[in-house]
Amino acid sequence: MVKQSVSKSLKLIFFIGMLLINLSFAFAQKTVAPQLDMTVNRGVIKPISLAVPSFIKESGANSIISRELAKVISNNLNSTGLFKSIPQTAYVSTPLSFNTPVQFSDWSIINADVLVVGSVGLKPDGRLEVKFRLWDVSQQKEIGKGKQYFTNSESWRRISHKISDTIYTRVTGEGAYFDSRVVFVSETGPKDNRTKRLAIMDQDGANFRLLKHPPSLVIAPRFSPTTNKIIFTGYETGKPRVYLMDLSSGEITSLPELQGMSFAPRFSADGSEIVLSMTENGNTDIFISNLASGTKRRLTTNIAIDTAPSFSPDGNRIVFESDRGGGQQLYIIPSKGGEAKRISFGEGRYATPVWSPRGDLIAFTKIKEGKFHIGVMRVDGTKERLLTTSFLDEGPAWAPNGRVLMFFRETPGKAGAPSIYSIDISGRNLRKIKTSSFASDPNWSQILN
Amino acid sequence: MKNIGFAIFVILLLVGCENNKSSESSLNDAQISQNDIEYFQKLVGDTVLFTVDQSGLRPDAISILNAQVEWLKEKKFLPITIEGHADEQGTREYNLALGARRATAVREFFLAKGIEQDRLSIVTYGKERPLRVCSNEECWSKNRRAVTVVGKKIAD
Repeated sequence: MVKQSVSKSLKLIFFIGMLLINLSFAFAQKTVAPQLDMTVNRGVIKPISLAVPSFIKESGANSIISRELAKVISNNLNSTGLFKSIPQTAYVSTPLSFNTPVQFSDWSIINADVLVVGSVGLKPDGRLEVKFRLWDVSQQKEIGKGKQYFTNSESWRRISHKISDTIYTRVTGEGAYFDSRVVFVSETGPKDNRTKRLAIMDQDGANFRLLKHPPSLVIAPRFSPTTNKIIFTGYETGKPRVYLMDLSSGEITSLPELQGMSFAPRFSADGSEIVLSMTENGNTDIFISNLASGTKRRLTTNIAIDTAPSFSPDGNRIVFESDRGGGQQLYIIPSKGGEAKRISFGEGRYATPVWSPRGDLIAFTKIKEGKFHIGVMRVDGTKERLLTTSFLDEGPAWAPNGRVLMFFRETPGKAGAPSIYSIDISGRNLRKIKTSSFASDPNWSQILN
Repeated sequence: MKNIGFAIFVILLLVGCENNKSSESSLNDAQISQNDIEYFQKLVGDTVLFTVDQSGLRPDAISILNAQVEWLKEKKFLPITIEGHADEQGTREYNLALGARRATAVREFFLAKGIEQDRLSIVTYGKERPLRVCSNEECWSKNRRAVTVVGKKIAD
């Protein structure tokens, strides 16, 4: 087994970093950061074995919450494919109090690599106090420092997500992504008469809620960087048009500068601008709209279809699709304006490019020989990798850490319908997100504040 | 004057709706008056089809559009909306743009044939409103379409 071959003196973080990279390759380099380049590794990853006992109940806490906190954390970490929770029924003992020394032998005997010890108590003012510590079982050492959270009791799920994020980042070295939401289109009804509604859920599918808006067709909502607004395309006037919704007030506003047909909007990383496409006289081009001034400027003038634009995280460039070369391909243009440079050259058609929040990759939809794929490539167009294939996979959306993508997959035929899936950018760990209706057009928020 | 025009327009819309409901049943085509919107929809043909990923008008489309123009020229008071559609084989945004191209191709044909510009509006639905739901060329070929909707105009 791989584990025994790793020196005990190595930190767990180092160990996992190497597990994820090709092992022999990793040993040659002393400075392996937990940065993953999955192209070199098509082997099987042995997941980190994880024990998350129910949180210890302190002063008046609800036993359901003490169990659920542990369950949500387990589910989050299992969903990464990098961890595997040991069933609670296999535990030899459970921690009795938060400060009791950990009986490491009880956890090593069931082959736990990592142990999470947590507690939850109810304060006199009604708030929950949640604490946790993370232990490396084989090293018999704490990983990082314990953390403590206070919250109103309805927000316990968010605390589970925050704890999951802390565990995930401490163990893998990757950025957080569990304490985040997804805005998407909830679909009901038959294929030739779909009702589409804007909806929001937590990243794990919990807390589904429909947003209030006119009943006309809606398409592709996207979060603002601070997650307090969304922008989407709606048919309230009869034509596709870009609208802004304030999520706290529910107020929907149209942007007066976007008369005519406008669609495919996305925010810039600082939230001050929107890039989108507009159709004039049958020709679709890319525009940037400044939210504060209410003015727009044209970025492309090509007679081809230029659409699906996405800002780079630094705001300097925009990736979009265009059929100016004959078929749909990906191009990058400076956001100040200038010449568009083609970056995709493979066979088939490339569409819906989305710039990774880390800035390193562009995710896209590829159509080739009648199949749809979700893929990623570097910003210069090299190192293309297709992660999925099906009758119709479309519309990738980045997790806040740039490691995971959501997209929607539609099944063929009369009963065909879309569902949202997630996949690691390694191409591993394809998962269907459970939703109470058909679901499409996912967009992932940043980490919540 | 405008109000009367609007009233006629509403009545026609209502008639259109009534007829739509019964169009599935065994309505005898001969009973449809040439002035009915249903006559336009069923006997002139309100829909033209397109080749995969194309927005150029095919010969079969042009002959239907010529018949549409003839009928539409007689009904100068009726506004016209051209809907552009695509099949499910493309991505959502691209199909919206493609539907706009198709609707525009019909609009330009109408303008060239002398239909008044202020009667015309266009809208794209991309792949959002399929007419047929199977996932093969038989249905896709029917979904790649532009539909001339009479009695409706969308403001810009």
